[in-house]
Amino acid sequence: MRRGIWIYIGGRLLQSLLVLWIITTILFFLFRQAPGSPLAAYIDTTFTEEQQQALIARFGLDKPMHIQYLTYLGNLIQGDFGDSFRYRAPVTEQIMDVLPNTLYLTLTSLFIAYIIGVVGGVFLASRRGTTVEKGGIIFTLMTRAAPQFWVGMILLAIFAFELRWLPSSGTSSPGVIYRSEIQKLTSIDFWEHMLLPTFTLALFLHGLPLLLMRSNMLEVLDQDYITMGRLAGYSERFLMLRVAARNALLPIVTALALGIGYSIGGNVIIENVFAWPGLGRMLVSAVAGSDYPLAQGAFFIIAVIIVLLNFLADVLYSVLDPRVGSSSQAQGV
Amino acid sequence: MQHEIKVNEITGITDAKVLSGGSLLTNFLRTNAEVFKRDRLALTGLIILVFFALIAIFAPVIAPRGPFEVIEADGFWLSNEKPSTDYLLGTTNLGRDIFSQLIYGSRVALLVGFSAALAVAVIGTIVGLIAGFYGGWVDTILMRLADVAFGIPFLPFIIVLVAFLTPSIWIIVLAMAMLLWRDTSRVIRSQVLVVKEQAFVSAGKVSGASNLRIIFLYIAPSILPLSALYGSLAIGWAILTEASVSFLGFSDPDVVSWGFMLQDAFNSQALSRGAYYWIIPPGLAIMLTVMSGFFISRGYEEVLFPRLRKH
Repeated sequence: MRRGIWIYIGGRLLQSLLVLWIITTILFFLFRQAPGSPLAAYIDTTFTEEQQQALIARFGLDKPMHIQYLTYLGNLIQGDFGDSFRYRAPVTEQIMDVLPNTLYLTLTSLFIAYIIGVVGGVFLASRRGTTVEKGGIIFTLMTRAAPQFWVGMILLAIFAFELRWLPSSGTSSPGVIYRSEIQKLTSIDFWEHMLLPTFTLALFLHGLPLLLMRSNMLEVLDQDYITMGRLAGYSERFLMLRVAARNALLPIVTALALGIGYSIGGNVIIENVFAWPGLGRMLVSAVAGSDYPLAQGAFFIIAVIIVLLNFLADVLYSVLDPRVGSSSQAQGV
Repeated sequence: MQHEIKVNEITGITDAKVLSGGSLLTNFLRTNAEVFKRDRLALTGLIILVFFALIAIFAPVIAPRGPFEVIEADGFWLSNEKPSTDYLLGTTNLGRDIFSQLIYGSRVALLVGFSAALAVAVIGTIVGLIAGFYGGWVDTILMRLADVAFGIPFLPFIIVLVAFLTPSIWIIVLAMAMLLWRDTSRVIRSQVLVVKEQAFVSAGKVSGASNLRIIFLYIAPSILPLSALYGSLAIGWAILTEASVSFLGFSDPDVVSWGFMLQDAFNSQALSRGAYYWIIPPGLAIMLTVMSGFFISRGYEEVLFPRLRKH
């Protein structure tokens, strides 16, 4: 590969690490603002003053702020987020337990959303100027404007409560226990639980790739080489699908990488409506229950995923589009 | 070389293109008039917004009851009443009038929507102007800050902030202002890079105008429509965000918003009772106001990026 691109990727990586460090620092000071003593969950009212002091010392809270900050950074780098107040167990364990659920839901929804989005975008572009196109755009904007939790609630009311076709919450029916992730993924029960949250999320997510694909298509179809192709006698169908759609796809790939990051951060809503035991639901219940180590850990992991995928999106874009990322090449070096 | 992916969430426009020339504030006003005259969707959006604004202003006159007023009949709470001529949308399980709550909810939505949009547009525009105009290390620092804002998980950040400070809609607005300026500033910055090369800016420099004068009197007017575009998008995001935060239970318990109503319905088994008269209206109201913001921003785009209008 070109040398310029490696320099670009390296620089971008350093930038991402810098961004992550700043976010971590913000997180440290943000959680200092948490109401009450950070040990409120541990300190019982019956504790003596000395016992309380001993606890504070054990958690290093008697040290000066900058020492606490450095300890915090050191622990984070080792993947140690401390112990959850509520579960009295390492935060890392709790996060690893629920992370797969979030990934299954997000990735499945994104996959469906992007397929529908790309196909729908090409379709709308091929119907440009018609009522079908206008209607399609308005419908798509509706799906992006409707609150996800509201769509979820209506679907729950209809399919889970009125028709009783689908379960209303969680990942498994009462009494069903998955012994492994493989067993979970191969069980019909799990997919029945997945159906409504996936549909709700995909309905919201499909709008971006659809509108993006449509406008890219229209832009590509405007290019001279398409006109040339027409003059050369290629069929409209060939030009549409083989030439235009292919060229219009590039920004979609980047949008997908960005989308994964942001959807994981935004899954908070869907996971809470469907009581889906994932990262977002855990974060909300941790914040509501003043379980600060857990909330901080979940927040940090979500931020890492977002920064990582922002980085990947940029790299992907620079690899796929040779015009980007190597100014030296543009100068003919 | 810094490469930025600028993806407009709504229309999928991937790049800000050169705006048609002119630098006076009157151009901005003319553009606004053009947006609503030319684009039927934008006009529809404006009408919806004005409609909800009127409801918000005259809420005490329109709503038959207070949003938290408990209706009693024969000494009992009139809970879970079905819609009737007395209670247009029925009552909640604590015997409150759903229709009145819906009317009052418009106040929070519009207040949050407009103030967050204004904050996002102002901060994003100023950061974009300064970064684009000065370049160099000022630009680097500001754009790295934008990267940080892009890396912070949006909803989790707002939830944590609201939970740690006193719950109020202003905290939500503040949190949104702290993060959402990032999109606006990037687009404005790249636009400033183009505009500052134009003749009228050089003319200003030669005639000895100060930097601030050039930024705010020469460059700013020609990028204002772009700020308006991002501001109108932010209306929608702000309303959706407030609704989400309220739905998750982190809102001010003394203020009725549409998100709060839906949370109330969700927690009161309105779903299993099939109380659609309680579930549908608040969500529909959110969707309409958010859509109106989207429609208006599309209108700006059609005027600002005429290439797309042909299609």
